Amino acid sequence: MSAARDDILGGIRRALWRGSLPPDKTAELTGRIAAHRRNLVPARAAALDPAARADLFVAMAEEVQTSVARVASDADIPAEVARYLAAENLPAELVVAPDPGLDAIPWELRPLLQIHRGRAEAQDAVSLTPCLAGIAETGTLMLASGAGTPTTLNFLPDTHIVVLHAGQIVASYEDGWDLLRARASPTPAPPPRAGEGGSPQSGDRVGALPRTVNLITGPSRTGDIEQRIQLGAHGPRRLHIVLVDDAPPAKG
Amino acid sequence: MQPTSHSFPANARAGLADPVLQTALGLARTGFPQRRQEAIARLPEFEELRDEGRAIKDHVLAYLDFYLERYEQNVTASGGRVHWARNAEEARAAILDICRAANATIVTKGKSMVAEEIALNDHLEANGITPVETDLGEYIIQLRHEPPSHIIAPAIHLMKEQVADAFRAAHTELDPARTLTDPRALCDEARTVLRPRFLAADVGITGANFLVAETGSSIIVTNEGNGDLTQILPRVHIVITGIEKIVPTLEDAATLLRLLARSATGQEFSSYTTLSTGPRRAGDLDGPEEYHVVLLDNGRSALLGGEFQDMLRCLRCAACLNHCPVYAAVGGHAYGWVYPGPMGAVLTPALVGVHEAGHLPNASTFCGRCESVCPVKIPLPKIMRHWREREFAQRLSPPVYRTGLRLWAWVARQPPLYHALAGIASRVLGWAGLYRGRFRSLPLAQGWTAVRDLPAPQGRSFHSLWAEQQRRIGKSPRAQS
Amino acid sequence: MSEPARVALLVTCLVDLFRPSVGFAAVKLLEQAGCTVEVPRAQTCCGQPAYNSGDRADARAIARQIIAAFAGYDYVVAPSGSCAGMVKLHYPELFADEPTTLAKAQELASRTHELVSFLVDVRGLDRVTAQWPRRATYHDGCSGLRELGVKQQPRALLASVDGLTLTELPGAEVCCGFGGTFCIKYPEISDKMVTDKAADIAATGADAVLAGDLGCLLNIAGKLSRRGSNVEVRHIAEVLADMTADVPPIGRPAAGAPSTRHSRESGNPGTRDFAASPGPPLSRG
Repeated sequence: MSAARDDILGGIRRALWRGSLPPDKTAELTGRIAAHRRNLVPARAAALDPAARADLFVAMAEEVQTSVARVASDADIPAEVARYLAAENLPAELVVAPDPGLDAIPWELRPLLQIHRGRAEAQDAVSLTPCLAGIAETGTLMLASGAGTPTTLNFLPDTHIVVLHAGQIVASYEDGWDLLRARASPTPAPPPRAGEGGSPQSGDRVGALPRTVNLITGPSRTGDIEQRIQLGAHGPRRLHIVLVDDAPPAKG
Repeated sequence: MQPTSHSFPANARAGLADPVLQTALGLARTGFPQRRQEAIARLPEFEELRDEGRAIKDHVLAYLDFYLERYEQNVTASGGRVHWARNAEEARAAILDICRAANATIVTKGKSMVAEEIALNDHLEANGITPVETDLGEYIIQLRHEPPSHIIAPAIHLMKEQVADAFRAAHTELDPARTLTDPRALCDEARTVLRPRFLAADVGITGANFLVAETGSSIIVTNEGNGDLTQILPRVHIVITGIEKIVPTLEDAATLLRLLARSATGQEFSSYTTLSTGPRRAGDLDGPEEYHVVLLDNGRSALLGGEFQDMLRCLRCAACLNHCPVYAAVGGHAYGWVYPGPMGAVLTPALVGVHEAGHLPNASTFCGRCESVCPVKIPLPKIMRHWREREFAQRLSPPVYRTGLRLWAWVARQPPLYHALAGIASRVLGWAGLYRGRFRSLPLAQGWTAVRDLPAPQGRSFHSLWAEQQRRIGKSPRAQS
Repeated sequence: MSEPARVALLVTCLVDLFRPSVGFAAVKLLEQAGCTVEVPRAQTCCGQPAYNSGDRADARAIARQIIAAFAGYDYVVAPSGSCAGMVKLHYPELFADEPTTLAKAQELASRTHELVSFLVDVRGLDRVTAQWPRRATYHDGCSGLRELGVKQQPRALLASVDGLTLTELPGAEVCCGFGGTFCIKYPEISDKMVTDKAADIAATGADAVLAGDLGCLLNIAGKLSRRGSNVEVRHIAEVLADMTADVPPIGRPAAGAPSTRHSRESGNPGTRDFAASPGPPLSRG
């Protein structure tokens, strides 16, 4: 459809009373993108120390019906998960993200919990995933897709449990974007040939975002019927965060 | 959908006479403004963010060609494909081709006003493909075969009983004796019915709130999670969107995202804000294998560079609808097309023509509430006035108004004549109305007196009384002419 | 702020035709605030009806007339948010492509004010001497509110009126549905809006409703009267100028039948002569 492309771009230029931009202008705009300067970032979370930031994150998350349990270390995660599932009257089985960061969780401490690792399928009722960050300004979790973090875990099950370390809590969305940029893929794959749609290898550019970045703020909800909020429209109706209050700040 | 905007007056009357609609609108009229007010009260920087948001959008529009090309480069580099559509027909054709290439029979859809604009569902159905709306409001209206009445809450015109009726009629496989009296049950039923459709879909189609040039990403802002299930489960993800949705960087997106949810629903942030970049990567366990973006022009580029350009800043938050007393009176269907309320009054004539949609920018008191809540400060009344200027210049208003107006304006430019006539009119009407102080009916004023009394003038014009007073106290009126 | 000022009154076409007492109340208030008031005769209307109908040519012609008529005064004051807003915000827009007239329009705009905000913000008035024992509520006219920022000033002055209690109107900032030609072109929608406004007013339990624009007031008074309501409707200027005993509320006949006390000289049977000389100047606190 290059005729359509040319027409649309040409129409834009004609409407703006100019031709293509001169090279110095495109260089300037390219530079503006590369610099990705922050605009105004609200002071709400930015001025806080890590402990206060974590408290803000928890307060904002709980405001939107996210439940948060604070534990001291990864070793406490199985007990908290078992407690939570029992308290919610849910069966003691869950699908856990195959992310290596979760490999060290001592599930054997709670042998009645049935764990399998992988993506979510239709019958999975509970999932447990890591996340990339917790964003304090609105109690938002940032999750990125990858080989160890399939996105279906965030949406198919009715209950989604997220492991968040205190050191992962940042102030603003912009802090989150910086984390994403830092997760550059180590080896660039060759670029796709022109006209190719979706070769699976073509996404591994240096600095490219993963396929999906989810910013999740509370469980699924709708107000579409008479303005009354219902949780669990299509996504999970329960979002539970296990906040591991470990001391060292997260890298990146 | 075929516009019925030319019938706005009749549509509006129907809306005003519909008791269920009026009840439903009553729920929304105070709820949305209050929630928005509470949200922005918590963010001291909100006003500054509005100015920044406006500046970002204005910057992009000035360089829209550059940003679209950069965006396309990055979509392609991440393994996706961009399709350019000059009009609705090309957009429909592009989407159908992708669906056919994927051998699609079922297509799930997230909420997209652009998809409504190009009448995508009818086209897919006509070609043997079943589109399934998954946003709860869109699903409900799809069952009822009616268009959305609000750009973020499509079923806002309905009460729960009507939703229950639609579900009973459509979900015939479920137990007819089940209770469907509360929204919880309705929501659960929709979730149950739609889950298999999500899983069975070959193609998922979403809109986009933003397109990020820096990364080649599309962003959707939702609460239900349907947009996410729509795009991660099928083999193919198609984004259908307008060319004006581009923003330069993730940082620019963050600024606009801070404005969007607060302006739309009064939330701090929506439940799900999702960035999608290309198809699944090597090693990913889920995600679509193909990612396509259909960029639609359909009259948008023609708005650049002129008095209508500001409308392209629109974030589709619906704050203007939620604060508009006209929308609150007649509901969204009265506007006769995809986009209702103040933003619809400005955008619809641009996309379907002022001959078809000329009523919409006229059905406003210019109270300005829309502009005062627009997160990107679009001067909506001003642009509506520009449409009125176009209509006046093209003589599209009814002759009786035009003639009456021009006659009145001519008299207003002859002050002595005007004052003489005003003096006579005030005396005549003052005398006629002096017993009761008001008129229950008055020839030539039935539009007014049909529904309210007309207070009687006091019997003399101000200018005649002033001149008399000045003479009485010894000042000649001529000294002030 | 007691420097004398030469003010030209922008009467507005509705005040001229329907309710001159508002104009005289404005004059009284302005004189009490230390202004001399003149009324240029070469004014008819600010041109809004033409402007909002898309008839720029006629709007410009009328605007030029106003610009000329009001040249040379220290201030131009209108007892109407919409008319003041027209001159202040929209006249410059009308002449954006005509530099000479644009300069004059901007100069005029800089001297033009709505009445109550002029008294408070420019003349420093913080109280009036008036009495009106009522429970009243106040409707914020849209232009005054959103174009000119008129919100606190009427409330501040009303707070000083003896015997007056002000109750906030829920939806005070929601349009009443007048909108100039709108109420003629889309009467059913206008009716819904003014019906909602009337219901909001009734729900406050107030005896009276006030506003600063006669268009809104005629609309609201007409609806309340049609509903058989006893709520009094007045322009705020008449209350602040302590002239409520001189004229009946909008849409009401004078107390007593017209067969009593005919006064052809004042032109309005059954009312005191509100066009009599103004009272003594107020001191400004």
